[in-house]
Amino acid sequence: MPENRSISHTRKDLAFEVAGECLSLLPCGALWWEDAEVLVVSDLHLEKASSYAARGQLLPPYDTGATLRRITALIENLAPATVISLGDSFHDRRARPRMAASDVTTIRTMTDQTDWIWIEGNHDPKPPEDLGGRIAHELVLGALIFRHEPTPGAARGEIAGHLHPCARVAGRGRSVRSRCFASDGERMVMPAYGALTGGLNVLDAAFDALFPKGMIAGVLGRDGVYATAGNRLIADTLRAAG
Amino acid sequence: MADDQKQLVQLPAPFAQWFAGRGWSLRPHQAALIDTAGRGQGGLVIAPTGGGKTLAGFLPSLIDLAVQPPRIHPALHTLYISPLKALATDVARNLAAPVQEMQLGISLETRTGDTSASRRQRQRAKPPDILLTTPEQLALLVASEHAKRFFADLKAVIVDEVHAIAQSKRGDLLSLCLATLRTWAPEARHIGLSATVRDPDALARWLGPDTPIIRHKGGAEANISVLDSEARIPWSGHTGRHNIREVYGHIREANMSLVFVNTRSQAEMTFQELWRVNEDSLPIALHHGSLDVDQRRRVEAAMAAGKLKAVVCTSTLDLGIDWGAVDLVVQMGAPKGSSRLIQRIGRSNHRMDEPSRALLAPSNRFEVLECRAAVEAVAAGELDGPGPRRGALDVLAQHIMGRACGEGFDGVKLYEEVTLAAPYKDLDWETWERVVDLVATGGYALKTYDRFRRIVKFPDGLWRARNDDVRRQHRMNIGTIIEDPMISVRIVSFMKGGEGKRLMRPGRKLGEMEEYFFEMLTPGDTFLFAGEVLKFEGISDTDALVTRTYDPDPAIPSYNGGKFPLTTFLADRVRRILHDRENWKKLPAQVREWIEVQERKSIIPQPDQLLIETFPRGDRHYLVCYPFEGRLAHQTLGMLLTRRMERSGLKPLGFVASEYALSVWALEDLRGEDMDQLFHEDMLGDDLDAWLEESALMKRTFRNNALIAGLIERRYPKHEKTGRQITFSTDLIYDVLRSHEPDHILLQTARQDAGDGLLDIRRLADALKRIKGKIVHSKLEQISPFAVPVMLEIGKEPVYSGDAAEAILREAEDDLVRDAMS
Repeated sequence: MPENRSISHTRKDLAFEVAGECLSLLPCGALWWEDAEVLVVSDLHLEKASSYAARGQLLPPYDTGATLRRITALIENLAPATVISLGDSFHDRRARPRMAASDVTTIRTMTDQTDWIWIEGNHDPKPPEDLGGRIAHELVLGALIFRHEPTPGAARGEIAGHLHPCARVAGRGRSVRSRCFASDGERMVMPAYGALTGGLNVLDAAFDALFPKGMIAGVLGRDGVYATAGNRLIADTLRAAG
Repeated sequence: MADDQKQLVQLPAPFAQWFAGRGWSLRPHQAALIDTAGRGQGGLVIAPTGGGKTLAGFLPSLIDLAVQPPRIHPALHTLYISPLKALATDVARNLAAPVQEMQLGISLETRTGDTSASRRQRQRAKPPDILLTTPEQLALLVASEHAKRFFADLKAVIVDEVHAIAQSKRGDLLSLCLATLRTWAPEARHIGLSATVRDPDALARWLGPDTPIIRHKGGAEANISVLDSEARIPWSGHTGRHNIREVYGHIREANMSLVFVNTRSQAEMTFQELWRVNEDSLPIALHHGSLDVDQRRRVEAAMAAGKLKAVVCTSTLDLGIDWGAVDLVVQMGAPKGSSRLIQRIGRSNHRMDEPSRALLAPSNRFEVLECRAAVEAVAAGELDGPGPRRGALDVLAQHIMGRACGEGFDGVKLYEEVTLAAPYKDLDWETWERVVDLVATGGYALKTYDRFRRIVKFPDGLWRARNDDVRRQHRMNIGTIIEDPMISVRIVSFMKGGEGKRLMRPGRKLGEMEEYFFEMLTPGDTFLFAGEVLKFEGISDTDALVTRTYDPDPAIPSYNGGKFPLTTFLADRVRRILHDRENWKKLPAQVREWIEVQERKSIIPQPDQLLIETFPRGDRHYLVCYPFEGRLAHQTLGMLLTRRMERSGLKPLGFVASEYALSVWALEDLRGEDMDQLFHEDMLGDDLDAWLEESALMKRTFRNNALIAGLIERRYPKHEKTGRQITFSTDLIYDVLRSHEPDHILLQTARQDAGDGLLDIRRLADALKRIKGKIVHSKLEQISPFAVPVMLEIGKEPVYSGDAAEAILREAEDDLVRDAMS
């Protein structure tokens, strides 16, 4: 169990220390590292809806636009020097040709404004090269290392995505399920940021190997990010939508 | 007319002999239907259970098939549709007897979800004379290749228990399929078999234009009584524990009893309580929708064999197979509507000549009034039931896809056909086009899915499914019944593993429960299920693992299966009983006394008034009102009232709703409030919209709409093996769609469904209109007798407040911080 001293609230954000670096967990699911002026978003899964549409399930074609608009707003507010998209930025390898022209323009504007880094993910091992930004497998900044898939075993300073952590919190005769950050103070797994991305419960075995000594979930609520200990979390049953 | 009819109809010799051989004579409604068939017409037969209704439906077909020369090419002559698979099978069995005894040489077969693929194929190649099936299977047939040819020689369609199906989405789908059959087989007679209903004309219209109504009264009057318990009648709750001994006494005296309850949790509880007092070890069984199918079939078989003394059951036994030996129907708790009560009473004594016997056992004081109202309604022959419904657009989308998968369709012609189905008679062309677009491209304002079209207009002008994948996907997903995700309940045994670990071995399946019930439980919690006290051990994949235990005080499963609100009609009667002093004399002494004290301490409202009481209690101020509109409408009212009170600075803290009343509490004194203002119907405007959009109910409704309309698929060929059914969250789809295209046709459908169904907004709107200018505000120093029942619900029912989700998260964090500080 990490030390709880490291938890404090500023506005709606939750301040949290990972490997000694002070990070802000934002209610929208992004990570803001103010000291380094770095903004991190993970698992955007752009063009997820159209990927399903191509196979006969006509999901609303608004997810890419919705996700990009939220990032644009963040960049306007925080003015980051660097933006890291932590892998699985695109839902599949044919996402780029399905993208609307307006969404392409939005991405190019953002990659122009900032030092934008596309980390490679399993859905997008080769992110498109015509959208601006740099492509990297992983990235080391200060005490932190950014990569898509978390490594089992101790990996101090690792910030990863991939698992789409979600928490179910019980109380008042019902339960709330929401995306969350998962961390033990040494490393962190970020929630998926994309508009149509579901999640995997943090009580799933996949998290055991990452946090053998337990972890704290930073659960995304409407009004803020809430730090929640393992004893308040409950498991999902069937629907672990990923 | 029916009696004279008898003489006119001449039965062919084998039929006349068969009837005579059993000492039967043709009943008037049977004769009437043979007569209309002679004129090429069908009809709606309205008769109580046990009136030989089913045979009446089939007789014209049997006669027709018997007298006509054998056909060279086998062709489907009569299609029978039942809402229940089990009923179709049962009817097939019952029909086989006369067919065999009269040596008619008629082939009859069933086609249900259980029918094997090879048999289905054979049925299509070589159809039986008579096919017995369900609405979903009919939709599948309509969506199949060469469907038109399959139905071309159809002479009769029989829809059984039509009253139970017409007013639902299943009914919408069936009415669309029946309209298609009218196009393909214009000469076929459409016959409906129904229990007594409030509005037979509407039901006849549903069945088709110019459908004659054939009534069969018959049967003795029902003998209904309300259990006048010696014990103290509880203020609130639904356990019925106080009168269980008396109910048991009645069961012991009767030959065989059906004990109806309104929810599955009540079924579990009643079953437990009956066994607690079962000194004679009478064979008493349990039957509800969550129990394992095999288990249910065993109970049904034991009943049919006369091996049981009583069965505790929910609406699962409302319809269906005849149990000849049942001579007593017990209704635990209030019946909620007179039509339902009549239907349930009809489950006893199918011999028609003896009166049905029914006993109502109210579980609290308000229910005493409700039971009394129901008895009076039945005696007066008054029925309740939903008004005509507007056909659902998601169901229409499914039907359009079905037609595109089968024969293909012409847009204008199918529109005309659809508007011949009663639920869709007012459908305008513009909406029609939007639904076609929904099927084709998802119906989005942003037109990016043209290349992913699911249906395409071919050069011959007909719309067809784009390819076989689309067809296959559609056929896998036909139907309108979408259940909450269910999870199997399994008994586990423990084995010793290595290192002192205990290994769980999943064993026998007890049944299924809604998944969300288990989301509330932590391992070690105990609950009642399948008549046993079970301990929750954990979740493994799609199983909830449990062990048997002997906890005397298990948690009551709060799963919602089968909750229905008090009908408006019965609510009116309750209000009248309450107001009329003459009626009080007929009530049990303790209930009478309760009402008299209420009159002394507060007010008894006029039947058309709404009583609102305000009083302080502890450090809070309460508002209790009594609309009698059912829990759902009251919850919606509570949600809207608290929003409004929040804005007026009254600091509401929460509310709790019962079937009869609503209680809201706040920090500020409420006695000075202008109640006409507070209960003004304009609360159904912006506040409602704002709250509705966020509500979990709305998301659930939308999910069902999207599944029925085929926007998303329940079953997807590639994902079948992994058991993962939907690989994205429909809540997120709802959020994205709502913020980008709030007028999307499926969101409109979801709003309509939520308003009609789960939130009962329409009913609340009617109530607010009715009570306008008729509010009586009773300002009290302390709680009134009427307020006690709903006040007792506080603490038992979940308390609602606008920001419950945030509050839960905040409390969880407080816990963490407290742990850290201690």
